[in-house]
Amino acid sequence: MITFMNNSDSEEEPCNERTSLMSAESPPVPSYQDGLQASEAGEAQAHRKRRTGGSCNPNNITDGEAPGTGVPVRESTSENEEEELTLKYGAKHVIMLFVPVTLCMIVVVATIKSVRFYTEKNGQLIYTPFSEDTPSVGQRLLNSVLNTIIMISVIVVMTVFLVLLYKYRCYKFIHGWLILSSLMLLFLFTYIYLGEVLKTYNVAMDYPTLFLIIWNFGAVGMICIHWKGPLQLQQAYLIMISALMALVFIKYLPEWSAWVILGAISIYDLMAVLCPKGPLRMLVETAQERNEPIFPALIYSSAMIWTVGMAKPDTAPRGPSQQTWDAAEDGRENHRSPSHAASQMSETSPAPTRAITSLEELEEEERGVKLGLGDFIFYSVLVGKAAATASGDWNTTLACFVAILIGLCLTLLLLAVFKKALPALPISITFGLVFYFSTDNLVRPFMDTLASHQLYI
Amino acid sequence: PALGLFLFTIARDPLRIIILIAGAFFWLVSLLLSSLIWFIAVKASDPQDEPLQKGLLIFGVMFSVLLQEAFRFLYYKLLRKAIEGLVALSEDGCSPISIQQMAYVAGVGFGLMSGAFSMINLLADALGPGTVGIHGDSQLYFLTSAFMTMVLIFLHTFWGILFFHGCEHRRWWEITAVVVMHLAVSGSTFCNPLYVGSLVPSYLLMAAAAAWAYSLSGGSTQNLRRFLLCKF
Repeated sequence: MITFMNNSDSEEEPCNERTSLMSAESPPVPSYQDGLQASEAGEAQAHRKRRTGGSCNPNNITDGEAPGTGVPVRESTSENEEEELTLKYGAKHVIMLFVPVTLCMIVVVATIKSVRFYTEKNGQLIYTPFSEDTPSVGQRLLNSVLNTIIMISVIVVMTVFLVLLYKYRCYKFIHGWLILSSLMLLFLFTYIYLGEVLKTYNVAMDYPTLFLIIWNFGAVGMICIHWKGPLQLQQAYLIMISALMALVFIKYLPEWSAWVILGAISIYDLMAVLCPKGPLRMLVETAQERNEPIFPALIYSSAMIWTVGMAKPDTAPRGPSQQTWDAAEDGRENHRSPSHAASQMSETSPAPTRAITSLEELEEEERGVKLGLGDFIFYSVLVGKAAATASGDWNTTLACFVAILIGLCLTLLLLAVFKKALPALPISITFGLVFYFSTDNLVRPFMDTLASHQLYI
Repeated sequence: PALGLFLFTIARDPLRIIILIAGAFFWLVSLLLSSLIWFIAVKASDPQDEPLQKGLLIFGVMFSVLLQEAFRFLYYKLLRKAIEGLVALSEDGCSPISIQQMAYVAGVGFGLMSGAFSMINLLADALGPGTVGIHGDSQLYFLTSAFMTMVLIFLHTFWGILFFHGCEHRRWWEITAVVVMHLAVSGSTFCNPLYVGSLVPSYLLMAAAAAWAYSLSGGSTQNLRRFLLCKF
């Protein structure tokens, strides 16, 4: 696999990451807000009527509380109403993000557990030149810290580069870059992955069949991600790409470096999104100013786009189950990963800029939440590493999984409260790391002893 | 069975899933803390001393039970606060989920997590070569483990309901009953591998807890009869 390292610079793409989590719900631009208020005014009236007139049978606990707390809340400003709507959809959105993250993690863990290839050490990426085979602990620690610094700086450089390109409107370049890297991901990594899986299960497959399968997979993937396609398929492709990328990371990052990198990435993420001069924040704000979607490729969206343009306001799209995606709101996203070049696209509509005006005609709005692909990848890296290297096997993996999900929940809660782009990594990764190390070292001996005596707590 | 419970009753409503995962998280944290305590105790003591180790283990188990119940209480507090928030947010003044449903879901969360932790390594080993009980241990290891885990998951669910109900109505004796039951069940597992001593009382306790929880949730023998008769 040494040849891997000399691979084209499309390899570098994967290292570009930005993360921020944003909900597609809060209106970024004042003009949009007015539109939103107008369209929601009718809804608000209906709500008010329903609320004040409603008599429900609350359970005995909230008996006295409901009417009391309900009324003042309802008469609050429209901003609060919007907040209520936001939070009302909160649980559903959390689940909409839980499912893909869980799927991605399951794929990664299943692969790690079954395919030997991804746990063998066959070399390292050029981004992590310092080896960890040194005899002394201090040296090893130093090497991993140096590796981390190099990796993070590569990421920062890539991100800044991307932001500059975006600022100066070199869209073609960006699109070309993304297409190239998604091409590489879809074809090369899939080929390797498939090869290894077939090897593990001792299934023979001839080259023509393989070629056909991979070609179809890749072509459909490219179309789905960069252009139009059914939402489920697009989501499935994004999940698969994230899983592949995570597997590559798990294989090629040396142990301690991986953990230090995870920690450093969350700190970087925090800074990049929240600091006023952070590259991610600038990217998001620029996108918002221009009312454009952030790259069609690096984001996982749980929502569908209206394909209704301004010209046809009455051709309502498929049904109440659809959700709108506000072009202006895409600012809020968790985007990560430029690395995978991912072409993770959250758009299926070719004209996102028109969506903002068509929004005013919408009767009912449901918004989705967007999560950047890099987040998927790093969550999966954490869980995959836990599965690969922990001696307490499944317990540790399970613990990390729950920790990450809870972190995601909390992040989404904060998102609903703050209503702006938020980094999705820090909380989850912190929980995940804490749980990994503590479960591995503390809980495992305890559980092992309990199990050997068959005691139950 | 726990998975069936999950699929049929919880997977529909996203709010319940969140509560479930949060419940599992709380259990996990309690486990973490209790194993921390045990670990410290073990490190501080002599590893060669067998009875001492066993004693420490017992101490660890009891402490863990107490911690679990403490975390259940904390979780209850959190859920109470959350319910007020949800009520304020909902459209018609009703909370989308009642405290009893929450109690149920929380119990399942706890149970699932504890069951998972108890079983999953076992299951992974079960995929390997069939060498159970070679060293003179009981041959029924897997079977009894499976049953024990199942009873424990159910128990957690029922305890969740009972506990929350007790907290709601400020009946301290209910809460202490739950704690005592939990201690009893864990204690009974100390008689393993004398399985009669542990499985039978656990199942009895589970039946008792089930009946109690059922009656608390508003059921009655009439309901039960109607339910059965309608079906058959």
